[in-house]
Amino acid sequence: MKTNKYSFFFISVGLIALLLGLLCGLLAGFQYIIPDFIKEILPFTVLRPLHTLFVVSWILLGAIGGIYYYIENANQKLVKWHFGLFIITGIGISISYLSKNFEGKEYLEFPSYFYFPIALGWIIFGVNYFKTMLPNFKDWPVYYWMWATGIVFMIYHFTEAHLWILPYFRSNYIQNITMQWKAGGSYVGSWNMLVYGTSLFVMSKISNNESYAKSKKAFFFYLLGLTNLMFGWAHHIYIIPTAPWIRYFAYAISMTEWIVLISIIYDWKKSLSEQNKIDYSLAYKLMILADIWVFLNLFLALLLSIPSINLFTHGTHITVAHSMGTTIGINTLILLSSIAYILENENKFTFISEKRIRNGIKIFNLSFLFFWISMLIMGMKKAHWTFFKQSVSFSQFQDSLHWFYVVFVLFGLGILVGLYIIVFEFLKGIKKA
Amino acid sequence: MENSKKYLLLLTLLVSVFSIYNFTIYTSKSDYGTIHLSKKAINGENIWLKNNCNSCHQLYGLGGYLGPDLTNIYSTKGKGEVYIKAFIESGVKAMPKFDLSEKEKDDLVQFLKEADQTGYYPNIDANIKPNGWVSIKYKNQNYENK
Ligand code: HEC
Ligand code: HEM
Repeated sequence: MKTNKYSFFFISVGLIALLLGLLCGLLAGFQYIIPDFIKEILPFTVLRPLHTLFVVSWILLGAIGGIYYYIENANQKLVKWHFGLFIITGIGISISYLSKNFEGKEYLEFPSYFYFPIALGWIIFGVNYFKTMLPNFKDWPVYYWMWATGIVFMIYHFTEAHLWILPYFRSNYIQNITMQWKAGGSYVGSWNMLVYGTSLFVMSKISNNESYAKSKKAFFFYLLGLTNLMFGWAHHIYIIPTAPWIRYFAYAISMTEWIVLISIIYDWKKSLSEQNKIDYSLAYKLMILADIWVFLNLFLALLLSIPSINLFTHGTHITVAHSMGTTIGINTLILLSSIAYILENENKFTFISEKRIRNGIKIFNLSFLFFWISMLIMGMKKAHWTFFKQSVSFSQFQDSLHWFYVVFVLFGLGILVGLYIIVFEFLKGIKKA
Repeated sequence: MENSKKYLLLLTLLVSVFSIYNFTIYTSKSDYGTIHLSKKAINGENIWLKNNCNSCHQLYGLGGYLGPDLTNIYSTKGKGEVYIKAFIESGVKAMPKFDLSEKEKDDLVQFLKEADQTGYYPNIDANIKPNGWVSIKYKNQNYENK
C-alpha cells in the first residue's frame, strides 16, 4: 500500500462519489413523484447534473485507480498531480452546480474553463501510462492496448465535446447538436475501453490464464469495439435532420455488434461447466453478474440502433434504461469486481464483511432488475403517448404515470441500499489495507 | 511480422479512415441544412444553457425527461411566443420560475423559434422502410425522396 497509496485514494474518492451520486439520483427521482419537492433549493436543474457528475466520476476514478494499481510502476509524483487536479476540479464543478452556474451542454454543464484542468489531468495520465508501459509494448496483452486507446481517445473526444464553443461551429444548430452527440457517444466509448480492459485484466488474473488476452480473437473484438467507438455513435441523432449518409453509416457499423453478442452467448455456453470449478471469490461473482447485464444491455442497445425502433424509443426513459443500465449494470459491477479483486489480493475481507457484501449484492441486483424494467415500461408508455395520444396534454400524461414513477423510485432506493452496504464494506477494507 | 506490429498497422489504418471521416463531419457545408442561428438566437441559446432548461426539456428528444420536448413549441398552434414567456415567468409544477429580463426572454424565444425552423420532432410523418431504415421528414431539405 505504501508505494501505491494514490491508487487507493482514487478508488476511495470514487466510491464516495458513487454514494453521493446515488443520493442525488434518488432525490431527482422524488421530483417525478412530488413535483414541488425541494424545487427551490435543489431543483432538477441542479440534481441531474450532480447525479451524472458523481456517477461518471465514480466510473472514471474507479477505473483510473485500478489501472494505476495494476500497472505498478507508474511515477507516483505524476499520479499525485493527476489526483490533485481531478479532486480540485471535481469540487469546483460541484460548487458551480450548487450555485446554479451552468454554461455547457448535457453532462458537461460546467463553465468551460474547467475543460483545461480536466484535459491536463488526462494528459498527465497518458504520459505516465506510456512512459511506464511502452518498454514492454511488444508483449502487451489486449487490455494494455485498451487502456492506452481509452486514454488517448478520451483526450480527443473530451476536446471534441467542447468544439461547439468555437464560432465556426456555433451558428449551425444541427451541426452543433450532431457534434455534441458524436463526441458524447465516443467519450463514453473511451471510458468503456478503460473499464472493459479492466474486466479482461481481472478475469485473466482470477483464472490465472493470459491466453485469451493475447489471442487473435481478443484483438479482433478490441478493433471491432474501437470501430464502434469511432463510427457507431449516431443512434443518438437518427432523428435529427442531417444528411442520411451520416446516419446510414452508423447504422451499418452498429449492426456489427451482433457479432459480439453471438460470441458472448457462445462463450458463455462453453464456460458453464467450468464455472463452478473456479473458487467463488467476490470478484468472480460480481464479474459474472456483469456478464449477464452485458448481455441484456447489448441486446437493448442493438435494438435501439435500428432506426425504425429508435424512432419510437428515442426521447423516452428507454434511453435512460440504456444509459443507466450500462453505467450501473456493466461499468459499476466491473469496477466493484476490480476493487474486490484488489482487496482480496491485499487482505482478505473478514467473514462478516463478506457475508454483508453478498447480501448487498442480492438487494442491489434484484432492485436493479425491476428498476430497469420499470424504465422500459415508462419509455413504452411515453412512445405510445408521443405517437398516438397527442391530444392528451403532457401534464395529464405525467399524472397518468404517477404510480410507475413511485415504483421506479422505490426500486432506486433498493439499489441505493444494496450499493451502500457494499461500498461501506469496501471502504472499511481499504482503510485496513 | 510480429503480432504487435500487425495490430499497430490495423490501428493506423482505422485511425486514418477516422481522420477523413472527422474532417468531413467538421467541415461539411451540405449535411446539416441551411438554417443558421442569428446572433440573437445564439444569445438565446446561451440563456437556455445558463439556466439549464435542457435538464428537464428536450430538443429533438435530447435532454432530461421531467418536462416536455420543446423542438416545435414555437410553431405549435395555440402556443408560441406569449405562451413560452408565460411559462418562464410563472413556473408550473416541477418547473421553477425564472427571473429573466425582457431582453433575455426575447433572445430565448428567438432561439426556440430558429431551432424550430431546423426540423420536426417528434417526426410523426417519418417513413419506415422494410430494411429497418427510417426516412425522416425534413422542413428545409430534401435529401431523401419521400
Ligand atoms: C425543473 C424542470 C424544468 C426546468 C428547469 C424548466 N422547465 Fe419548462 N417545464 C417543466 C415541466 C414539468 C413542464 C410541463 C408543465 C405542465 O404542463 O404541467 C414545463 C413546461 C414548459 C413549457 C410549455 C411546454 C408545452 O408544450 O406546453 C415551456 C415553453 C417551458 N417549459 C420552457 C422552459 C424554459 C425556456 C426553461 C429554461 C429557462 C425551462 N422551461 C426550464 C419543467 C422544467
Ligand atoms: C450506480 C448508480 C447509477 C448510475 C451509474 C446512474 C447513471 C445515470 C445516468 C448516466 C443518467 C443520465 C441518463 C440519460 O441522460 O440518458 C442518469 C439519469 C437519472 N438517474 Fe441515475 N444512475 C444511478 C443510480 C440512480 C438511482 C438509484 C436513481 C434513483 C431513482 C437514479 C435516478 C436517475 C434519474 C431520475 C435520472 C434523470 C432521468 C431524466 O432525465 O428524467 N439513478 N443516471
